[in-house]
Amino acid sequence: MLKTIKTNQLQLLAMLAAMFLIVVFFSFATDGAFISPRNVSNLFRQTAIVGVLAIGMVFVIISAEIDLSVGSMMGLLGGIAAILDVWLHFPIMLTVLITMGAGLLLGLFNGWWVAYQKVPSFIVTLAGMLAFRGILVGLTDGATVAPTSGALGVIGQSYVPTGWGVSLVLLLCLGVIAKVYRRRQAQHKHGVSNSSAKFEYLNAVISVAVLLILLAILEGYRGIPTPILIMGALILVATYVAKRTAFGRRVYAIGGNIEATRMSGVNVEKNKMFVFGFNGVMVAVAALILTSRLGAGSPAAGNMAELDAIAACVIGGTSLAGGVGTVFGAIMGALIMSSLDNGMSMLDVPTFWQLIVKGGILLLAVWLDVKTKKAQ
Amino acid sequence: MKQPLLDMRNIVKSFSGVRALNGVSITLGDGEVLSLCGENGSGKSTLMKVLSGVWPYGSYDGEIYFQGQQVKASGIRDTETLGIVIIHQELALVKELSVMENIFLGNELGSFASLNDAMMHSRTRELLAQVKLNISPDTLVRELGVGQQQLVEIAKALNKNVKLLILDEPTSSLTNNEIDILLNIVNGLKEQGIACVYISHKLDEVLALSDWVAVIRDGNHIATKAAATLTQNDIISMMVGRQLDELFPRESHQIGEVILQVNHAHAIQAGASRPQVDDVSFALRKGEILGIAGLIGSGRTELMQCIYGCYAGQYRATLELAGKPLQIRSQRAALKAGIAMVPEDRKRHGIVPIMGVGRNITLSILDRYTSLWGAIDEDTESHDVHDSITRLKVKTATSELAIKNLSGGNQQKAIIARFLLTNPKILILDEPTRGIDVGAKYEIYKLMFALVKEGVSIIMVSSELPEVIGISDRVLVMHEGQLKGEFGYQGLTQEKIMNCAINDTALA
Repeated sequence: MLKTIKTNQLQLLAMLAAMFLIVVFFSFATDGAFISPRNVSNLFRQTAIVGVLAIGMVFVIISAEIDLSVGSMMGLLGGIAAILDVWLHFPIMLTVLITMGAGLLLGLFNGWWVAYQKVPSFIVTLAGMLAFRGILVGLTDGATVAPTSGALGVIGQSYVPTGWGVSLVLLLCLGVIAKVYRRRQAQHKHGVSNSSAKFEYLNAVISVAVLLILLAILEGYRGIPTPILIMGALILVATYVAKRTAFGRRVYAIGGNIEATRMSGVNVEKNKMFVFGFNGVMVAVAALILTSRLGAGSPAAGNMAELDAIAACVIGGTSLAGGVGTVFGAIMGALIMSSLDNGMSMLDVPTFWQLIVKGGILLLAVWLDVKTKKAQ
Repeated sequence: MKQPLLDMRNIVKSFSGVRALNGVSITLGDGEVLSLCGENGSGKSTLMKVLSGVWPYGSYDGEIYFQGQQVKASGIRDTETLGIVIIHQELALVKELSVMENIFLGNELGSFASLNDAMMHSRTRELLAQVKLNISPDTLVRELGVGQQQLVEIAKALNKNVKLLILDEPTSSLTNNEIDILLNIVNGLKEQGIACVYISHKLDEVLALSDWVAVIRDGNHIATKAAATLTQNDIISMMVGRQLDELFPRESHQIGEVILQVNHAHAIQAGASRPQVDDVSFALRKGEILGIAGLIGSGRTELMQCIYGCYAGQYRATLELAGKPLQIRSQRAALKAGIAMVPEDRKRHGIVPIMGVGRNITLSILDRYTSLWGAIDEDTESHDVHDSITRLKVKTATSELAIKNLSGGNQQKAIIARFLLTNPKILILDEPTRGIDVGAKYEIYKLMFALVKEGVSIIMVSSELPEVIGISDRVLVMHEGQLKGEFGYQGLTQEKIMNCAINDTALA
């Protein structure tokens, strides 16, 4: 039975098992406080920012590049959003648009240096990490820009009204079921007997169950947090881009073998630049959520966030060698990291221990991955 | 009877239930050369991995005796101690180190704190003399050609006191000259009592070199026969299990007007003293197979790169496609104009290893399936993939299987399928049959003739002269970047081509 399960499915199962263990452990350790609606809601809101960053980062890593500048870039974009909102009193829509546009430009700027000027991405984005932080401090004079308007606060602090939330999740469940059904139909039509059919059904049942349980828990507090709605939408879009579009396919191909992809007539430079552009937009979204949650633009905001995003991707099975990785895996990685953060904070584990444990988990996850791949 | 040097008895090796070796036995005496023949995926490499300890004792069934002792190796180091050394197709030398440093890598002479350079130096000189390589021990490996590197590998093996040398396709990227040198060396080793297992697809070498020929097919040992009693056709029919009517299935076809005219192609690497392509002009006709021969480094591949827009240095060439001038500055532009190229180095420039076979096949034409939203129409795509796999007879379990799991021949077919989907008017095949088995070669030749009958024009660069003569309508020969000769296929011999490729004086 186990032999029929493919590697990536095995990896997915391992991640779900790890998540399950973490939940069980902290639930017992905190006498159930860890899975209280309030804490779950809180945990999810914490995950949203790293999760959105991980969505952008996973594309960068799949294309066999790296982006070390996202922490500073998030700080800078969050600062820009705060300045537009607090100092210039721009309407919220304009603030959002300008911030996202700025994110796109900064991302494309990184991408241009990497793809067309052939400077290694490690260096380009290390430079960005320094320079973007510098620009932020210069713009704000090193001071916190506050308080943000109520309208901006909606992005990071509000909750989706119950009616809307429930309908959205139910719609999503229907979508999951419809997808499996359609796939089965298609396979039937092509006469392909599929050995992993059981796995697929099980997958769908678990997905629906998890969605409904989470909905129940979140509705038990104040409803679905808006950042989670945003992250959820981005997960769907990004998964679609990765799996169903020519762009996504090419990103995997570039990471898998850039020379062969170039010889096949793919414009690898353009695609690579767009990967960084897409990442920039994700950083902008994360920056808006962050500034909105903090109610301020801070010159230290987003410090070291790039490392969390990279760690989330890697724990989620993305290969730094390129060509391998999924959006869902990266999100699971982000969730595992923030669950550890959250759980340990509840148990009053000193911060230094939290860092040590997170570092250890990262090392362990990759070690296990290397081990299992070698064993095959 | 004298005790054999090597005696492998009834070796069975399975991978997750699939038998790769099904009871193979071979024996070999001192100073004998045994050639191992079989199509790719037949189990040759697996057998050699068992022998060299890559697959440790216990992971296979059967017994191995070396010099009368049973071998229970737990790794490649154990077999090296015994004197069994394998030289892989992909050379394992450190390019930035010198010849001497490579030969003694891991076995340095002297103490930990200070190496005994003088001793290593003189020993290296001895070893290099043994393989007739006239270079300084301090030469950096990257300055050597592939053939010379091969010889350095052998010198390294000699340093380990080798008794049995395994050569895995040593000549697949060598020129004829280099092959002769290598074969001489192996013959010399033979006289010193060193035995050799030789794996090659080049049957003329196999027959010239070996005492014994063992044929493996689908993991089964078909036969081991004295080389003197065999012909190439005997070996081929044992390998494929069927009689091939002929190696090169030439079919008559119509040749039309000039479709591509290349004028004054030049290509030079930054900092190089000599251009790699030096003022080359030629024409290609519709429905023609144009063979391009020459030694490695003669500029054949570079000339093709100028046409396909992927030469890495500076280049210029005036191209006319069907009478219209054409500018090509990228592979994209070439494909758009109807020129496709199947690259020489399949691993580096061909496959995306971890991607599925199907996705590798459609990589060049994703735009065709893409809607306004950028979404791929997967139904149409899988339909095309299915057609390609059927047409080119790509043997794969599913179209989703990662292409790295296929044999070389099937990978090559998939890459050809990729470029055929672009509907090229001109198809450039650079070493299309390198390192692939006889059966797949035959299928690729068949395909080439089917294509030219449809009006596609083919340029084939090849180092295998029988193939050049057997398939091409016309042959161009290059030497040091220049075009030195042009021949029709009728009455063409390997000697004529070699003369032209080696000598400075033009023949034509």
